[in-house]
Amino acid sequence: MRKGDLVYWVSAAIVLAVLVAFAMSDANEYFFFAGYTVLTVVTLATAWNILGGYAGYVNFGTAAFFGVGAYTAVLLFRALEAPLVIQIVAAAVVCGLMGFATGLLTLRLRGIFFAIATVALIFIMETVVINWRYLGGATGLQLLRPDLVGPFESYTRMLFAVMALMAVIGVSIARYIEVSWIGRGLRAIRDSEEAAEASGVPTLKLKLFACTVSGALMGAAGAPMPMYLSFIEPFSTFNLLWSVNALASAMIGGTAHWLGPVLGGLVLSSLQQIVTVTISSEINVLVVGVLLVFFVVAAPDGIFGLLKKLFLWRSRSSR
Amino acid sequence: MAQPLLQVKNVFKHFGGFTALADVSVDIAPGERFGLIGPNGSGKTTLINCVSGALRNESGSIVFDGEEISRLPAYRRTRLGIARSFQIPRPFASMSVLENLMVPLEYVARERRGEEEHAMALLRQIGLADKAHTPSNQLSQVELRKLELARALAAQPRLLISDEAMAGLSGSEVDEVLKILFELNATGITVIMIEHIMQAVMRFSQRVVCLDAGKIICEGAPADIVKNPDVQRAYLGA
Repeated sequence: MRKGDLVYWVSAAIVLAVLVAFAMSDANEYFFFAGYTVLTVVTLATAWNILGGYAGYVNFGTAAFFGVGAYTAVLLFRALEAPLVIQIVAAAVVCGLMGFATGLLTLRLRGIFFAIATVALIFIMETVVINWRYLGGATGLQLLRPDLVGPFESYTRMLFAVMALMAVIGVSIARYIEVSWIGRGLRAIRDSEEAAEASGVPTLKLKLFACTVSGALMGAAGAPMPMYLSFIEPFSTFNLLWSVNALASAMIGGTAHWLGPVLGGLVLSSLQQIVTVTISSEINVLVVGVLLVFFVVAAPDGIFGLLKKLFLWRSRSSR
Repeated sequence: MAQPLLQVKNVFKHFGGFTALADVSVDIAPGERFGLIGPNGSGKTTLINCVSGALRNESGSIVFDGEEISRLPAYRRTRLGIARSFQIPRPFASMSVLENLMVPLEYVARERRGEEEHAMALLRQIGLADKAHTPSNQLSQVELRKLELARALAAQPRLLISDEAMAGLSGSEVDEVLKILFELNATGITVIMIEHIMQAVMRFSQRVVCLDAGKIICEGAPADIVKNPDVQRAYLGA
């Protein structure tokens, strides 16, 4: 174990325990409804950062992976009444494969061309679902939640706990990649692919790996969504806003460190939830824009970068 | 001559209608100091891109240490022992100098332990040790060139291709880099030097090949190359 590993795992366990304990408390149901979305965005941002932050390949297709994850769950639920765990695992597998296939087809494209190709993926998958009547087509599908399992008072509370677990797993995977030799290889790719190859880095393999893991996590994050809403329809599921939120959270939090997307997701998504309730649900889109512009101009390394600077400055001035 | 370390045979490379390399053949012996010269656009960098794997030659063969490598991806060739520096330095800009070296150490030498000490030792050898923790985007030109060489060395090459490692450097800096290359060669590393600074190539190389318009126009000892009328015509256009 490396230095810092123990600190991380203890902190992660504490965070998870607190969130699960919170889900079992008698706090207002709304917190779990909103908290679920915040945790989803944290997971998506973390997943996005594995490819977008570490390797520098900007993926606009988060919504496609999220949506396919959700519809994989719906399909399994309708056809087999599969339990939630199976739905999540299946969604991760399907979206991991989709990530791999997308990677094979698009990773030879760089920069803006890769980004455009991933946007196209959203429309392709959305069109498939719209024309698939078994999954509800364009009108959507009402879903009956199965019986509640576990020590939770409501289904939403249980899903909140599930999403908390998923976020912790996602962040742990991202962190493992970041601190290992894989992360160094991905950063080398972002800095210069030619130099990375010349340094012995198998760039295509590493990019495919990042695509697969990133896609699998996004799909898993989408799987509980149908049960959360008891309803599914393609337009909000494949909404480009999922892509924008994932990307913006990572940028706002800072892409260089696993903590960045976590902080960014918490700040951005919480703010959106607050604005939605107190002002209007239309304004919450504006929040993304304003925050993103602010951070790109004033703090390109994100919240994490700001905190690091502050910390370095304080430790220097205290000497 | 013993079995050559690198054997380039009848290599062709086109970019659209432009012929960058036409029937280039050259053998390089183990431990040799080999100079590659030629006017701008003559195909020097294209040739070494074909050798290092950044480009694929369309026909002909490239054999390294008895193994045909012309269809292998670049990273596999690096692992076989071909390392290169880039004409325009390409540091991993988000990393420190030390971390730059840890990429090849981890991916070529598969060192997962003790790679930091190894990287430091290499930096001392190259004379960059005091910059180990400097972000690599804050280096001067000569330091960037040295970093290119150090990173190539970290890949533990048997063949080092130095692509204009001295372009734009001052006289004393050229001597510094030249000294490093001599030292590396003394440890048994075969060196291909591509250079425009004639004085450096001539001093360094045991054998020089001159390319012009994708063809080898002459080959020989440095002293003979400068006197060759074809070389003079290629450079001076007389």
